[in-house]
Amino acid sequence: MLRVSLLKRRQEFTLAASFTAPTPGVIALFGRSGSGKTTLIDMIAGLLPPDEGEVQLGGTALTDTRRGIAVAPERRRIGYVFQDSRLFPHLTAAGNLRYGEKRARSIPHSIRFEEVVELLGLASLLHRRPHELSGGERQRVALGRALLSQPQLLLLDEPLASLDVARREEVLPYLETLRDWLSIPMVYVSHQFEEVLRLATYIVLLEEGRVLTAATVGELSLRPELRSVLAPDLVGAVLDGLVTGVDAAGDTAELAIGSGKLQVSLKDVPLGARVRVQLLARDIILATQPIQNLSVRNALLGTVTEITPEMHASVLVKVDVGGPIVLARITEAARQALRLAPGDAVWALVKAVSTRGHAFRLFGAPARRV
Amino acid sequence: MGPVSSAELDALRLSLEVATRSVAFSLPLAVLVAWILTRARFPGRMLFDAFVHLPLVLPPVAIGYVLLLLLGARAPLGGWLHAHFGIQLPFTTAGAALATAVMTFPLMVRAIRLSLENVDRGLEAAARTLGARAWDRFFTITLPLMLPGILAGAVTAFAAGLGEFGAVITFAANIPGVTRTLPLALYTAMQSPDGDPLALRLAILSLALGLAGLLAAELLVRRVRRMLGR
Repeated sequence: MLRVSLLKRRQEFTLAASFTAPTPGVIALFGRSGSGKTTLIDMIAGLLPPDEGEVQLGGTALTDTRRGIAVAPERRRIGYVFQDSRLFPHLTAAGNLRYGEKRARSIPHSIRFEEVVELLGLASLLHRRPHELSGGERQRVALGRALLSQPQLLLLDEPLASLDVARREEVLPYLETLRDWLSIPMVYVSHQFEEVLRLATYIVLLEEGRVLTAATVGELSLRPELRSVLAPDLVGAVLDGLVTGVDAAGDTAELAIGSGKLQVSLKDVPLGARVRVQLLARDIILATQPIQNLSVRNALLGTVTEITPEMHASVLVKVDVGGPIVLARITEAARQALRLAPGDAVWALVKAVSTRGHAFRLFGAPARRV
Repeated sequence: MGPVSSAELDALRLSLEVATRSVAFSLPLAVLVAWILTRARFPGRMLFDAFVHLPLVLPPVAIGYVLLLLLGARAPLGGWLHAHFGIQLPFTTAGAALATAVMTFPLMVRAIRLSLENVDRGLEAAARTLGARAWDRFFTITLPLMLPGILAGAVTAFAAGLGEFGAVITFAANIPGVTRTLPLALYTAMQSPDGDPLALRLAILSLALGLAGLLAAELLVRRVRRMLGR
């Protein structure tokens, strides 16, 4: 459990943020630039003293201004991957990797050098100096360096922000691997919802130095606070489902979602894998009667639980599909024509290709205790 | 011009010795002072800064005179050093080195300070999160990253030290084989009626040495910078 409750006053900006998040897992601090994300993790790392507040990890206080506790950053065992990687320019990649490892001698090593090199694909980079590495390679080395310091918490401050799209795709799978194979809790700072969707298990939504809301990814995807931060087209329920079937070509998978089944375009996922999909609200069609002769592959039967008016004469409809909830955006005119009201039974129609699916083996793989 | 005389060799050897000793003596202190001036915040910092830079603006003879007042045989500090440690500075090679060190100190501090200001403090913060404590960080991160400035400062001070005149002649006098360095030998040659050829040779030697020193400094710094990937 990570408990954070911090206050920092700066000129024209006050950060007052509190949240409690489960660990292990990936806690995303999500918000626009300037919402105080970096300030917050600098205080968690101990690099910036708060005016007031506390940081507790697994029941141990690292910061507590009332009790006068302020553990020095070098004694916190909190790994930090900076946006600009901050590799030491006078050391090789290997020298950088060993830097934290050497200083963690008194701690029983559960993450070994060879393992990190293997996991992050660093073998061919070890003799190079930071200026001879690409941006993506630098971030991988920085990640390995932080891991080898045997941290009990890993902070990642927009580690992909300085990379172009191709380089991001080069680093993201490694982050997913770490999440699935190591049970080190991570705090992942980002303003990219895509990344958060792929990596996070828990989201803390920040705006102007305050926590708007915090919840698991699935829950948070339904909350109105997220809609105030996200572009309307990105709104949509995030569901975790079990793969119950795959087609012969390996292009689509069948997921069990609530009481129904969902066909999604997902390449090469194994049976039994846990998969996260986002069903974008704008892509969901609602019908009050079963529909035949339609190319749409998925029809989930559910009950309307809530209808929220939105801008541009549209409404957001929450549909309970046997446990999980999906969001559908329809026009107000369509709602009136269907006479849709809470309690009504509806079919939510989803095109198989319209989901944004991510193979997400959340702790599905044999996780190791650290 | 005839062959190199032993007086010239003596002067060259002495100049090198004095410059080397002065750099060796003042380098650690210069790193410390540069660190204080860059990182520490305390009342009187500006005054301290000005004090460190005094030798740049004072007449060298005045510096030599102040040193005599402080460290002369009958001066309190000088007498104490002699009585307890048997150290005698005026009229010795060590004294010439000390006078040189005082004169070149600001040059050295300036170069080191500049490099320290360029050290990315984010790297030190990164080292902190990796478990490095204050001294550890200084020796494994800050100091290596300051290396170009330290080298530049040391070589510049060395090259300047080869030619220090006023403070040396005032504090350590002009004793052949003991404190008669290149510039002092040059001055002495100029004073003697038939010393012109010798003076010219010494002047050319000084010029060559100074040039070599500055070039060496530049090459060294470039190499270290390349090593650091800048």
